[in-house]
Amino acid sequence: MPVANTISALAKRIIPCLDIKDGRTVKGTNFVELRDAGDPVELAARYALEGADELVFLDITATVERRKTLADLVKRIAHRINIPFTVGGGIRSVEDVSVLLGSGADKVSINTAAFQNPELIAGIAKAAGSQCVVLAIDTRLEDDGEWYVYLNGGRTKTDAKCFEWAKKAVDLGAGEILLTSMNHDGTKAGFALDITRRLSDALPIPVIASGGGGNMQHFVDVFQDAHADAALAASIFHFKEIAIPDLKQHLKGYGIPVRI
Amino acid sequence: MNIAIVKYNAGNIQSVLYALERLGINATVTGDADALRSADKVIFPGVGEASSAMQSLQENGLDAVIKDLKQPVLGICVGMQLLCNHSEENDTKCLGIVPVGVKRFPATSNQQGEGFLNSTLTKAGEGILKVPQVGWNTIYDLRSPLFSGIPDSSYIYNVHSYYATDSQYTIARCNYGLPYAAAVQKDNFYGVQFHTEKSADTGDRILHNFLSL
Repeated sequence: MPVANTISALAKRIIPCLDIKDGRTVKGTNFVELRDAGDPVELAARYALEGADELVFLDITATVERRKTLADLVKRIAHRINIPFTVGGGIRSVEDVSVLLGSGADKVSINTAAFQNPELIAGIAKAAGSQCVVLAIDTRLEDDGEWYVYLNGGRTKTDAKCFEWAKKAVDLGAGEILLTSMNHDGTKAGFALDITRRLSDALPIPVIASGGGGNMQHFVDVFQDAHADAALAASIFHFKEIAIPDLKQHLKGYGIPVRI
Repeated sequence: MNIAIVKYNAGNIQSVLYALERLGINATVTGDADALRSADKVIFPGVGEASSAMQSLQENGLDAVIKDLKQPVLGICVGMQLLCNHSEENDTKCLGIVPVGVKRFPATSNQQGEGFLNSTLTKAGEGILKVPQVGWNTIYDLRSPLFSGIPDSSYIYNVHSYYATDSQYTIARCNYGLPYAAAVQKDNFYGVQFHTEKSADTGDRILHNFLSL
């Protein structure tokens, strides 16, 4: 019988992220220069089979038809995969959320709209529960030594500090924070350990680290040193630079709890 | 096989439907008493808040229907909690089929009326209990045909702030700050706290096992 440890060892989650544009998976560097990375449903199915713990789909399509096409895509994904998945991109209302959850998504990721209208967080949490509200924060370390919140896919700087915004979001009912360091995203030089640890240690909700994962040691670092609950990456998985089973074996070798 | 899923105002019914489809089963989502009574198996899913879920059942007369079901019934997540006596979530009297209580995890959280400052008091780096429990945890002490072929310490996916207390009706345990009932059974009523429909191959196997009962 396993030891009945008082603090549970939830598995650290490995989350491939699929950026979707016009129905295809794309991946850019530092939020620009998009490359095609294949059919999202096929990729999603592959990742589920390989042992991904969860998936995130971020729709960056800018057409007026996007809502309907996204809902259709969510249905196709939900039919195929047997692990949880989060959908984000352009969600502006509780109604948007109910369409996506009704199509089979488990959680929604909100970013710019939540910053501009923080009550959106509370509204979704009330309607569907905190557990399905993933607040995405794109943040950049500036010369003054502070991490600032950026909006609109990293194009618009705000005066808000990442830590303050995350705290406020928790109070409003956010269930998880998806933290992307713009300084690290696309660099493959490792995750932003300091801001990830700061949030992870201070917030009563899980923190998903994103941006910069380039080799297996980076994932060890973000779990061991930065106390992230989950780590998200895109291109290293899409372009098969790191295989998820290999990554999990590597983490297990460091005593990090992973689902194998 | 005629599988019915209880239709009421709880979330994730669609996800359960998809999971069954992946197993090659076409289930019917219904709130009709006769359809539920005549099904071979009934699945009672749920994501949401206990008191409003109970209210929805009562308004549609489904509370009485569920209590009288004779075939195998599987409650999932809030569906399982509603099979119990009482939930601390908004002090809700539940169906009382499985005589155990449902409590909140002993940690502060961001939910309803609890401010951030208050919730940070119990936190200090790693090892803190975040509520809701979101993620993959392991089940052990498996003792039911529901877990046939499932090894001890298999990972299952959880999303919840409330748990059923350990009792003689426990058929699987899980630890999150304390040991609790990951699954319960009384007579033909089974309940799992975790999400079989999102628990990868383990979840698929448990659903398959339920359909084989």
